[in-house]
Amino acid sequence: MAKRYDLRRQPGFSQIAWFCIFMLYAPILMLVLFSFNDNRSVVKWTEFSFRWYTEAFANDGIRAAAVTSLKLALVASVFGTIFATMAALATTRTRPYRGMNLAYAIINQPLMIPEIVTAIASLSLFALIKQITGVTGIGYLMLAHTVFCVPFAYMPIRARLEDMTLTLEQAAADLYASPIRVFWEVTFPLLIPGVVSGAMLAFVVSLDDVIITLMVAGPGETTLPIFILGAIRRGITPEINAVSTILLAVSILLVAVFFLFQRKTKK
Amino acid sequence: MASTDQDISLSASETLAHARRVDAQRKTRARWILLSPALILIGLFGLMPLSITLVYSFLKPGSFGGVEWVFSLDAYIQFIAQRDIFDDTLSVNWSYLSIFSRSIGLSLGATIGALILGFPTAYFIASKPADQRNFWLFLITLPFWTNLLIRTYAMLLIIRDQGVINTGLMSLGITEAPIEILYTDTAVFIGLIYSYLPFMVLPLYASLEKLDLRLIEAAYDLYASRFRVLTNVILPLAKPGIVAGCILVFIPGLGAYITPELLGGGKKLMIGNLIAIQFGSSRNWPFGSAAALILMAVVMVALLLYVRHSAKEGHSHG
Repeated sequence: MAKRYDLRRQPGFSQIAWFCIFMLYAPILMLVLFSFNDNRSVVKWTEFSFRWYTEAFANDGIRAAAVTSLKLALVASVFGTIFATMAALATTRTRPYRGMNLAYAIINQPLMIPEIVTAIASLSLFALIKQITGVTGIGYLMLAHTVFCVPFAYMPIRARLEDMTLTLEQAAADLYASPIRVFWEVTFPLLIPGVVSGAMLAFVVSLDDVIITLMVAGPGETTLPIFILGAIRRGITPEINAVSTILLAVSILLVAVFFLFQRKTKK
Repeated sequence: MASTDQDISLSASETLAHARRVDAQRKTRARWILLSPALILIGLFGLMPLSITLVYSFLKPGSFGGVEWVFSLDAYIQFIAQRDIFDDTLSVNWSYLSIFSRSIGLSLGATIGALILGFPTAYFIASKPADQRNFWLFLITLPFWTNLLIRTYAMLLIIRDQGVINTGLMSLGITEAPIEILYTDTAVFIGLIYSYLPFMVLPLYASLEKLDLRLIEAAYDLYASRFRVLTNVILPLAKPGIVAGCILVFIPGLGAYITPELLGGGKKLMIGNLIAIQFGSSRNWPFGSAAALILMAVVMVALLLYVRHSAKEGHSHG
């Protein structure tokens, strides 16, 4: 059988694609590899070891930063997901109503503005509030993170809702279930994959945020990315590679869970 | 008899209408109750900060950071001109304008670079069997969800003088001294492409996936070469994806902070760094605010052009 003329083929395209994959992953893989290197060098491989991980875990600064990061990401993603779920319920499966597009635009506003602008704008507002009320603390960071967690959590929840028909809910309502009961016994169980996906994304973007945190954080409110940035500025050490690898692993794990849930949603 | 019948049916329909109205009102109320936490949060801590930035850009800087509540256009004037301290005359100040034009130039360059790399990649994924495409898309998107700072740091490790590229080239005897990449515009350019390539591939893939193979077949039947099929059939059909991808790379590239900070070494400033410095060591919040608003204005213009373009496209396709 003669080989069919491949309509789609374009010369050189697959090579470029492979180059892109290589370019995207090679630096990360190098970083991960050398975090296990028993040597200060980030170029010459000597021996496999967990040395830099033990040193990183023993470092009080890193431990404190990790705790701050987790606290922040947990609060921001929980509240961000709750608010996003409520907003998604109000903006899907309905005929367009007055103000819906505006509400939609406001929810997505944090994604439309360059992050550096959001960062300095939040700093300005919080500095003003601090000046007037004298209140300081990590609450400001939590607020700033929750704001940008909402649109990230909103996207998958909204997508999930739009794939759900109203028939089951209508059936429950016909059987005299109260709206609240309909929500908890019908809508919410069906919505869980979307909510989990949304929470994962929100958690990851909060955990990874640099610019807004850098601007808004008060003294002593160092997150892991801020710690890493400071350490890079002071000079490159293999310890940074170890911490970076842990952070990478957490993000990749959460995003992998997100994709698994998304695939389940589609089936 | 007849009239009472009518009365009954009339009042029934009235009751029905009334019930519907009450129901609609209840629904509207429920909707806004559901929306209010998100809207209040983003309104107070997403939109209000922006209006404060707008106000601050028209004030004078305080001596220890913050602002002095005196109206002034200095922040905007400072961006384009400098005041002579002796005779108070204004002359064009190129230093900020050049940072601004460098930002636009680097971001545009990175957009084009990402397009040249991203288009073949998206096409490659779109021409894979349908059940494999999701895996490839996952490969492309995964780096986007990992920490940008860490990815940039990983790139820094590779391109610095003692990095793999330079030590590799030297041990192969291709170069004697390390090629200086780090802390140059080239480094920032590479870093921007590396950071935002996924943003280019995704919209391109979305439009290439829908590509009608019959059109390509028709072109080949008419003796078009592979190259002509690419330029005359595939590229025009992928135009919405190209435009969307370019916007998605250009906008974050323009406001980039981490990439020029780490790979440009803080010397090759982009507008993002300029803004950040005003709120840090330079202590000139009004100027930083003005620069942020100018950045936002450029972003808005790019978005508006995009929206108008896609509206026109949507129209012409029916």
